[in-house]
Amino acid sequence: MSDEVTAEILTTHLLELARAGKRLDGRGADEYRPIHVEPGFVASADGSALATIGNTKVVSGVKLEIGKPYPDTPNAGTLTTNAELVPLSSPTFEPGPPHPRAIEVSRVVDRAIRAAETIDLKKLCVTPGEKNWTCFVDIHVIDHSGNLIDTALLAALTALSHTVTPAKRFGVGEVDTPLVVEHFPVECTFVRLGETIVVDPSFDEERAGQGRITVATDEVGNVVAMQKGLIGAFSPDDVRDVVDRAFRHGDRMRAIARGN
Amino acid sequence: MGSVGAKDVPVLLTADGKRIDGRRLDELRPLKITAGALHAADGSAFVEWGANKVMAAVYGPREVHPRHLQENNKAIVQCRYNMAAFSVDERKRPGLDRRSQEISKVIGEAFESVIFVEEYPRTSIDVYIEVLQANAGTRCAGLVAASVALADAGIPMVDLLPAVAVGKVAGEIVLDLKKEEDNYGEADLPMALVPQSGRLVLLQMEGHMTKAELSKALDLGVKGCQQVYEVMKDALRSRYAVGRSAPGEAAA
Repeated sequence: MSDEVTAEILTTHLLELARAGKRLDGRGADEYRPIHVEPGFVASADGSALATIGNTKVVSGVKLEIGKPYPDTPNAGTLTTNAELVPLSSPTFEPGPPHPRAIEVSRVVDRAIRAAETIDLKKLCVTPGEKNWTCFVDIHVIDHSGNLIDTALLAALTALSHTVTPAKRFGVGEVDTPLVVEHFPVECTFVRLGETIVVDPSFDEERAGQGRITVATDEVGNVVAMQKGLIGAFSPDDVRDVVDRAFRHGDRMRAIARGN
Repeated sequence: MGSVGAKDVPVLLTADGKRIDGRRLDELRPLKITAGALHAADGSAFVEWGANKVMAAVYGPREVHPRHLQENNKAIVQCRYNMAAFSVDERKRPGLDRRSQEISKVIGEAFESVIFVEEYPRTSIDVYIEVLQANAGTRCAGLVAASVALADAGIPMVDLLPAVAVGKVAGEIVLDLKKEEDNYGEADLPMALVPQSGRLVLLQMEGHMTKAELSKALDLGVKGCQQVYEVMKDALRSRYAVGRSAPGEAAA
């Protein structure tokens, strides 16, 4: 019960702040928390990264394995993205089968990677019809302080950008070559607080927010994925506004993921 | 989205601007909605939209199962979008895959954005969507069916929720994709509109669109939703017009 009362007071406070153009942690409406990435965080993966946005921490690891192509795509490899919201990352996450919110994070991140054609799957073919690379991008949320989607994709993109194909380990080549990343999708998430739409919501802002919207952009000016979630609504003009803002933030985040 | 190794890509747009089924760029597929199509449910609707056939039923407000999901200050909306094994060309494994769970989540959240949930604390409003025959746009067809079913069940809402998908096919922004356009097109953008406020409560997108194309797609989608809205209202009018009965009841 006290939890609900706190939530109610906090929600009211966050909405009042937003009306005055302020946020609880002192940021402006269009300001991200500090963003950092640490490529190569996990030595046992073929590519990995720790990404942090504020206090939200996500680790992504890429593993490549040799597999057999699907009959309908004999000249292509496969790419699978999976996100886990492990109970260690938040008091609100419980063990058990994946919660719809974990499935949503997984699928929204996967959609951006896939739609942006981040990896050219044809380059993952080893022997047509017989051998290909199966690329697993696994995402572990380890500290949830809001905005999991942006942090998860940033971790995944950084990990992919620093992945080396383990040809020697699987006996399909003499040298291990870097995985070629063709495009660099980045997702930017916003929530509505009253009539203000803030970027990079904190945990409390997500709970208080009246609707969440994520926009994925690539480096050549395309929107490649979008997702509206939670309870709330956005006008077409709101959508146009967040798309503009997503392009601006996206270029900076891409530079961070690529390490320059 | 052009899938890897796809062959025999059909001609999606002819030189005179006609689509694969002869439609204009801004034309909906034929849409028929029957309100109150089922007997047992508190509210129901059947939607036939192009080659889609989707049934929706609403139960509640009723007790919450499982109990721990109950909220003291409002009703919860539990939505289950499910595709029948026989609804697609290659048999789909029965049960909720990750796609269905994601769609269930965003549709449930769309409805919770317009239902007056504070009116029914400690209850659940259960929305069931069964896709019987699928031909692209099933989440929109399901949402439209469920929205009419909610109205048929007498659940108080801000407004009905018309929905439609807009997409990019052969470089053009088009309304209401059918299967070939969805499979071989460049982008898909399903949306649901609250006509009264002009705001969107469901919005997803996948593919490639520039800022200008996206802006055009939003306008076209809103126009499409308004057309769907009229068909939804007509379905409820013919269900509740005096002296008429719904198909579900005629047999009873």
